[in-house]
Order: sequence, then C-alpha cells, then structure tokens
Amino acid sequence: MRIVAERDRCIGAGNCVMTAPEVFDQGEDGLVTPLVDEADPVDPASVDAARRAVDRCPATALRAVED
Amino acid sequence: MTEVSEIPLHMRRAQFDPISELGEVRDSAGVCPVVTPFGVPAHLVSRYDDVREVLSDSARFSTADRRALTPPDAAGPTEEEYARARVGNLLSYDPPEHTRLRRMLTPEFTMRRMRALEPRIVDIVNAALDDVERAGKPADLVSTFALPVPSLVICELLGVPYADRADFQRRTADQLDASQPPQRRLALQQASRAYMATLVERARRDPGEDILGMLVREHGDDVSAEELVGIASLLLLAGHETTANMLGLGTLALLRHPDQLARVRDDPASVEPAVEELLRWLSIVHAGIPRTATTEVTIAGSTIAAGEHVVLALPGANRDPALVDDPDHLDITREPTGHVAFGHGLHHCLGAPLARLELRIAYPSLLRRFPGLALAVPYEQIAFRPYSVIHGLQALPVTW
Repeated sequence: MRIVAERDRCIGAGNCVMTAPEVFDQGEDGLVTPLVDEADPVDPASVDAARRAVDRCPATALRAVED
Repeated sequence: MTEVSEIPLHMRRAQFDPISELGEVRDSAGVCPVVTPFGVPAHLVSRYDDVREVLSDSARFSTADRRALTPPDAAGPTEEEYARARVGNLLSYDPPEHTRLRRMLTPEFTMRRMRALEPRIVDIVNAALDDVERAGKPADLVSTFALPVPSLVICELLGVPYADRADFQRRTADQLDASQPPQRRLALQQASRAYMATLVERARRDPGEDILGMLVREHGDDVSAEELVGIASLLLLAGHETTANMLGLGTLALLRHPDQLARVRDDPASVEPAVEELLRWLSIVHAGIPRTATTEVTIAGSTIAAGEHVVLALPGANRDPALVDDPDHLDITREPTGHVAFGHGLHHCLGAPLARLELRIAYPSLLRRFPGLALAVPYEQIAFRPYSVIHGLQALPVTW
C-alpha cells in the first residue's frame, strides 16, 4: 500500500501525525509531509495506522493506493 | 428565558448522554426537522456516516450563509450587523476565503509546536493545582481549575492579558447561551470585538512573540484589522470554552467511573486513549455551525432543498453503533475511534492538537495531586448547563 497526500487540500489538523507518526509529519507551514515517498510502499507494520489516518483525515487530503 | 421544552433535540441531555429521542431518530429516519437555538428551521442529521458526508462537502454545504444563524422574521439585529460581527470568523467562510485565513494559522498548531509548548502547560497546570490546594477544600473545580488552565494557555498563546479574563469569560459564556436574546448576544459579540480591536491595534504598533504578533509580522499586508479581530476573537472563545468544559465534565465522568479514573491516574499509557474516549462520549459541542445546502441534496433518503439548513448532531454521530460497539458505554480502554468531537471537513477544529495536549496533561495531574478526589455534594445536585451551545457544568464542587 502506498500513500498519496494532496497538500492543496490539507488543513493542518494534524490527525495523521497523531495517528501514524511513522508515516506522516507536518512542514513548517503545518501542512502534511509524508515520510514515505508516494512511489514507495508503506512499511507493513505501519499499514493499519496509515489506513486509519487516511480514513480520519478531515480534509480528505490522503489516499491509500493498493497496487 | 427559553423554556426547557424549547431546547432543540440535539442540545438536550440526560446529564452526560444525548436524550434517547436522538438515538431513535438515528435508528429510524436518520434525519428529522429541528429548530435551531437561534430560531432557524433546519434538518437534523444524526448518523455518523451522514454527519461526516455533510461536513466534508463544503461545495454542497456552505457555512457562509448568514440565514443559517438568523431567524427569517427577526425583528432584532440587521443582516449588516450580523455580517460585521462575523468578519474574520473562520467558521463563516467557505473556500477559497477560508483557506486563505486558515493557512495563516496552521503553523501555530503543529504537533511540533505542541511538543514545544508542553513544559509551559505543565507549569500552568501545576500552578493552578497549587492554588486549589492552598485555598483548601471544598473547591469548585470549574472556577479554580477547568476554566483558568485553558484561559491562561490561550491568553499566552494569543497575546491577551490574563488580567482581563473575568470580562471576556463572562462575555463568551453568555454569547454561547441560547437563552439570551439575539440582541444581547450580538451586543456581547460586538463588545468582544471592540475589546479585541484594542489588542490588535497594539499588536500592529508593536508585534510581540504571540499569535497576534506573528499574524501582524508575517501577514500584515494580506489581512485587515477587522479580519484579525475576528480571527483572534474566535481563537479566544474557542480556546477556553471548549477545553474548560471538557475538563470539568470529563473529571465528573471519571468520578462516576472510579475504576477508569484509577487507570488514568496510575497508568500513563492509558491517558491518550482515555482523552479520545472522553471526547467521543461527552461530545461537548452539540453541533458544529449549521450548514446551508447550495443545491438539492439527499441525505439518508431525505431531500434537502437548496437554501435549506442542516444541523449536525455530533453526539448522535459519536454514539452511533456504526462507529463503535456499545457506544453509550464509556470505556477508556477502547482503541481510539474516528470520532467527530472536533468536527470533520475543512472546519475541523484548528486547536484540536492544543486541546488534546491540555487534556492529556491536566486530567492525570489533577488526579495524582488529589488521589482522594470526590464530589463535595451528592451527584444529583451537580448543575449542568442546559442552554449553552457547548455542554458543560455550572460548577463542580469537590473535596479530597
């Protein structure tokens, strides 16, 4: 599973950083900065947390892509 | 005064719980007519999935339509007065105006900023507990702890003199009280803005290290003084009324569930899930700001015409069995849920990371300082706030 983040949609609520800190961070502007490149698969140990973060993103700025 | 029977369905509580009629609506039609506390007819949406759908769709559900907050035949304040009172209030804008204002503030509420703030919040909490201990028992935990801690935090962050708290606390509490007539609530809002305008004026002359100073330094050319006043007034109100009521109500909830209280006190790992469960179970914000449909939409099989208003029953969503098993049961050992206590969509609470940080520090600190914390009056005598748009307690008399 890969993560695609749309910074344009992000509102900086920080839910993803709280839910899956291994996968998401915030930039100085408060907007999402994924720690995993969108071309790379998420570490299996973090996949469940990443999925929860995608579901809980209030701005629908995150997508989980299953290749 | 509004009679008790006039309190709209989504604001009525049986102590902590939404009243059973709300669950009945959720389990049957899902949507029912309601009249908002401000006299506006609306559709009440009660299910988790539907609430999230409406909140995440700012194109079809606007927050910028003033008619959602103004009764159709109001002899009270004019549209223009209402409009002036809302300039800069982020909740009253749709994209792209909302995005412009919110982006100025997001750097101030990152998880990293919160970690940097943590030691200062620990100090504020401990100083408040010292005061409670020194003043002796019994104590009203609302006025001595639950209200002062978030007030002091938001004052420091924003750049508001804490010495002014008595005035702004009274104004905001009454602004949120639906039993106050519209003219008086508007007058209070105007008084709050006039007060904030003096602070904005000062920050524009001599910007400090606080949020007002930052906004002036970094966005001074892109944001008007009126917008700054609106932004800061909203942050001040939202920064203390919400967390204060979570602290008061949450402490009472834990006192009513002593085994769970003991876990929060004794097991640091239990605190984060406990805070999330208290946020879900208490759902202190009865409904976010009402939305207005921009086009005809169908929610749970009900047709909502363009121009009609929608109220989101956040406690309905957070107590929906579709979200969590046994939803009416407080269980701090649950896996944290995707609750909507902070809302959802573009207007999701900006200060959520700050609120969580304050709650995670304050609950265990209070319970460890006073391991024998107990109600100083019978539970039946505890007074909840029936008319406020944010659920809470009038007072919480405790001993230890």
